[in-house]
Amino acid sequence: MSSIAIKHHVSFGDFSLDVDTRVPDRGVTGVFGESGSGKTSLLRCIAGLERSATADSTAVHKRRIGYVFQEPQLFAHLNVRQNIEYGMRRNPVAGTSLDEVVSLLEIGGLLDRSVSGLSGGEAQRVSIARVLCQSPKLILMDEPLSALDERRRNDVLPYLDRLHAESAVPIIYVSHNIDEICRLSDHLLIIDNGRLVAEGELHQVLSRTDLPQLGGRNAGAIIEGQSVEYDSEFDLTAFRFSGGQLWVPGTFESTSVRLRVSASDISLSRTRAESSTILNILPCRIVAIHAESTAADLLRLQLGSDYLVARITRRSSSALNLKTGDELYAQIKSVTVRR
Amino acid sequence: MMDLGPLFLSVKLALVTTVILIVLGAPLAWWLSQTRSRWQPIVQAVVAMPIVLPPTVLGFYLLVVLGPYGAIGSWWVSVTGNALTFSFAGLVIASCIYSLPFAIQPMQNAFEAVARKNIEAAWTLGASKLDAFLSVAVPLAVRGFVSAAVLSFAHTLGEFGVVLMVGGNIPGETRVVSIAIFDHVETLNYAAAHQLSLILVAFAFVSLLLMFVINRRWHRR
Repeated sequence: MSSIAIKHHVSFGDFSLDVDTRVPDRGVTGVFGESGSGKTSLLRCIAGLERSATADSTAVHKRRIGYVFQEPQLFAHLNVRQNIEYGMRRNPVAGTSLDEVVSLLEIGGLLDRSVSGLSGGEAQRVSIARVLCQSPKLILMDEPLSALDERRRNDVLPYLDRLHAESAVPIIYVSHNIDEICRLSDHLLIIDNGRLVAEGELHQVLSRTDLPQLGGRNAGAIIEGQSVEYDSEFDLTAFRFSGGQLWVPGTFESTSVRLRVSASDISLSRTRAESSTILNILPCRIVAIHAESTAADLLRLQLGSDYLVARITRRSSSALNLKTGDELYAQIKSVTVRR
Repeated sequence: MMDLGPLFLSVKLALVTTVILIVLGAPLAWWLSQTRSRWQPIVQAVVAMPIVLPPTVLGFYLLVVLGPYGAIGSWWVSVTGNALTFSFAGLVIASCIYSLPFAIQPMQNAFEAVARKNIEAAWTLGASKLDAFLSVAVPLAVRGFVSAAVLSFAHTLGEFGVVLMVGGNIPGETRVVSIAIFDHVETLNYAAAHQLSLILVAFAFVSLLLMFVINRRWHRR
């Protein structure tokens, strides 16, 4: 697998961005960081919208890099179809199919509408369609959901999933929302104060316990599971992964899912609890312990070839005398299906 | 029978001036709206000067520059063989400068209202800077263009001092309607002065009304 070089150095007053890395040329690379960490600046550099940023002097319009902005940035004087055709006409590439993109994003009914009549979610779908139809070599998405309320967000998210599954074009997806990152990306860059602090395969990076950016409510790992069993009496689905099996309430359309386990939903026990209300109790091994705060430790747990992150009070950690290498039982209180 | 010659000449002058100001003024208005250059306020001030300068001052300098011994005038003579002063061409140049702020400011305001990110979106979609200007910025700023056209046309139609200084009073060449009115008053022909004046008053009202109605309708959209 080849990769895309991302190398940018630029200063804006007292802020400087310094990134030098490579990301996979397929799938979705998430860029995670707080507001003001330099995520958007990085995207703007890649697109060529920051002039002083890079030695690459290719004009913006010749780069064929699609950019999905926070706000849809549709052209108000053109209708939906004309907006989509704007980029298509300027990047004539054989095989670009308007129909395919229209059906992927289900915007067929909107094509002849004026853009002022679209809801926030519809407008963002049109702007994604516009970018796909320009046949880009790379797509940049700058928090495309952050301007939408919760309900509108769910008008767009399923289409991003589909895009993720079907698009051959690499995507760089910027967000400060860990749930979006967990759901959509395969590879992860974490940026803080203009510097790259972590990068790598999503599961690996998310299960690290040494990154303050992944502390607090962001702490938690993801696991890819395959559905193997359904308990119709209690409406539970079992998903198998390398470390065992997890029961999740409900039924799910797809057989392979991404499961998110938040660090605060795991407790640990030296022995397997015999009469517990906790459904998912799995053997695990501690591979790393980091103090997250003066009161809490973050533990990286290995289950088979997968990892989970657990938050334990330091008092409990000390009372059980937890050490790297210890074999324990992880009691998992809640699991959410991310996609 | 009323002599309509000056009226037609005024309309012709105003039309030519408006077209030139829109075509040449749009890029300048765009630059003024987008640039972060420290020259911007200086250019802005120069463009706005005709609003506050007495037309006689403007007319005086134009007479000097456009005259047969002036910088532009002498070049014009060498190219065309005719003098710029006291000619229709000279009047067009003078009018363009005189009405410049009335064309630039509405267009500039309209361009400033176009979101920067909208233009950047056009670039990333494959539009060159010129392409994005013509295909996105101009259509989105069309309201400013309408205001600019109406104001430059009406303002040029009403100009007097500059024309008097640069153009004089040559029938069919530089005798525009405001000069004709002045002439009629001088010769105590109040009836003719009334006729032309009323036409100008009516025209000014109708064109401004039209502009505000159009603006209002756009605003509601």
